[in-house]
Amino acid sequence: MTNLDLDALIDDAGTRIVVTCGAGGVGKTTAAAALGLRAAARGRKFVVLTIDPARRLAQSLGLTELDNTPRAVAGVDVANGGRLDAMMLDMKRTFDEVVLAHATPEKAEQILANPFYVALSSSFAGTQEYMAMEKLGQLHKQAEQSGDWDLIVVDTPPSRSALDFLDAPERLASLLEGRFLRLLLAPARGPFRLMSAGVNMAMSVLNKVLGAQVLTDVQTFVAAFDTLFGGFRQRAEQTVALLREPHTAFLVVAAPQNDALREASYFAERLREESMPLAGVVLNRVTTTHVPDLSAERSLGAAERLEEADKSPLTAAVLRLHADKMQQVVGDHKRADRFRRGHRSIPTVEVPALADDVHDLTGLRHIADLLTA
Amino acid sequence: MARLHVVTGKGGTGKTTVAAAMALALAEQGKRILLVEVEGRQGLAQLFDVPPLPYVETRIAQGPGGGEVFALAVDAEAALLEYLDMYYHLGRAGKALDKVGAIDFVTTIAPGLRDVLLTGKVYEATRRKAHGRLAYDAVVLDAPPTGRIAAFLNVNHEVADLAKVGPIRNQADAIMGMLRSDVTRIHLVTLLEEMPVQETLDAVDQLEALDLRIGSIVVNMVRNSPLDDDAIALAVKEKLPAAEITRGLRAAGVAAGKALVETLVAEAHDHAVRVGLERENRDRIDALGKKVVELALQPEGIDNGTLIDLAEELRQ
Repeated sequence: MTNLDLDALIDDAGTRIVVTCGAGGVGKTTAAAALGLRAAARGRKFVVLTIDPARRLAQSLGLTELDNTPRAVAGVDVANGGRLDAMMLDMKRTFDEVVLAHATPEKAEQILANPFYVALSSSFAGTQEYMAMEKLGQLHKQAEQSGDWDLIVVDTPPSRSALDFLDAPERLASLLEGRFLRLLLAPARGPFRLMSAGVNMAMSVLNKVLGAQVLTDVQTFVAAFDTLFGGFRQRAEQTVALLREPHTAFLVVAAPQNDALREASYFAERLREESMPLAGVVLNRVTTTHVPDLSAERSLGAAERLEEADKSPLTAAVLRLHADKMQQVVGDHKRADRFRRGHRSIPTVEVPALADDVHDLTGLRHIADLLTA
Repeated sequence: MARLHVVTGKGGTGKTTVAAAMALALAEQGKRILLVEVEGRQGLAQLFDVPPLPYVETRIAQGPGGGEVFALAVDAEAALLEYLDMYYHLGRAGKALDKVGAIDFVTTIAPGLRDVLLTGKVYEATRRKAHGRLAYDAVVLDAPPTGRIAAFLNVNHEVADLAKVGPIRNQADAIMGMLRSDVTRIHLVTLLEEMPVQETLDAVDQLEALDLRIGSIVVNMVRNSPLDDDAIALAVKEKLPAAEITRGLRAAGVAAGKALVETLVAEAHDHAVRVGLERENRDRIDALGKKVVELALQPEGIDNGTLIDLAEELRQ
């Protein structure tokens, strides 16, 4: 069991991309922002790409709107030549930009106005993940060309499963290249005789159920999108390749709860299968105490004795608080230890739980200190 | 009286647990309750510790009141095939559609259509009659999270852009009619933390703008503080009397070293800060003027026993 040295990770000039991932609500974005702040103070030119951060955290980074462009975070220590920029992802806008960049103006206009495109770009279950990867690709390219940044951190979307974002590009690409779409395109391209009886029947059913307008819209959308297909597949593959390079480091964040740890285990396993570089796991929000010697049982027993004797209700109350805390301390450590024992080769770092949410740069610096302690 | 209870909440707030407890609470003697999930993650099977649910209504538990709870995991593709078969008698054509990937395509590329199929199944189950009476006395839906709930229930709008006329459109109109009627109530599950409360407030705004009716706000995992208000006020300012605690510890037979007393005061301070934040969040919820239900934290985790306890809390 090794310790995860995050200072070494951010000081290593070879680290160019850090991807933070984990189940929702474990403090992923906070960890990403805290690392950014520390890296900037240590001279890295850092950009954080966040997706849907907590409001107060966003405010502390000066992120008030989704404008899809990295902005400098105010109040960052830049004495060592570093910088910290941050941005929130605008999924639809990113998608629109992809279309505008890769289709002729006339075709782009057609696509952007199509109801199926609107549905796909604003609510398809994998679009957010796909666009996060797309934006990462763009930032990486911009960083290589302009030298604006030398370290990019991507905070993965708060999806149900931390694995979604690895699968989303492939899912979207395969959807857009699927057999059904090919069939829909066929009439627009070639003779009808290519369509089998089954497909004809399928079409007539769809027409009946959805109405003719819907099918026409789908066909228009598909036809207009066709030119982008090759591009989509290629870009998805490029992004995945980028994530396999040694300059990338995955950082899994997990709280010491069974669900989050299970998710972290799946994710670590998956990264290994994909040959993607896992830097380590942050065990976040672990409950700690300065007096572990006073166990939950003894603390509770003492509280009960005071209550029975009708003495110092205040002391009884603080002892009950301590007993609750000790239960959490023991539970959290048991689960964290079990995780470490089950993944001996994965470096971990433990971050204690804090009483309050982080809502300013001071709070983020404190988290950064804990991450690198 | 409301018969369709839609339960939503931010991820991690325990909405599936609350939905299950609500179904159990509604299962009075002689009643049949259907508990439905639509997100394809088999949360109900995990919760009740049974094998993954098929796309068939399955008896899953008995309520503390003696009634029966059935569970169903709705799958959009299966729902579409069922729909096609029910209204168009298209057994074979349906399979042909499935084979070329059309079902997958339609349900994936147009999430609006997907939602219509999911809510459509709930609509059908809520209205279904058997032996001259309603098949279920109530239906509880473990719905998508708060961030997506308004879009999910606004089927009418989602479909309007895609299908202006036709059977799907008519279906969407009928579903919307039920969701807006007296039959349906939406319950939002939250914790007393910043993000879930903010999402709850946002969702209430969005739902009410759609003429949908809020049933209650369920504040989950509530912890009672052993400290009274005066002690909380002192603890926040780190002014709890160390001397009194030292004396109290001695009276209880605990060696009262300086480090122990300081730590207990510090732990009480952290606790008081959290209580303060929880109260701010509680005030924001109360300001909505909705019915608020509190459910206690189950420190041992959730199992069949604690589900019954939660159901009892909900019944009161």
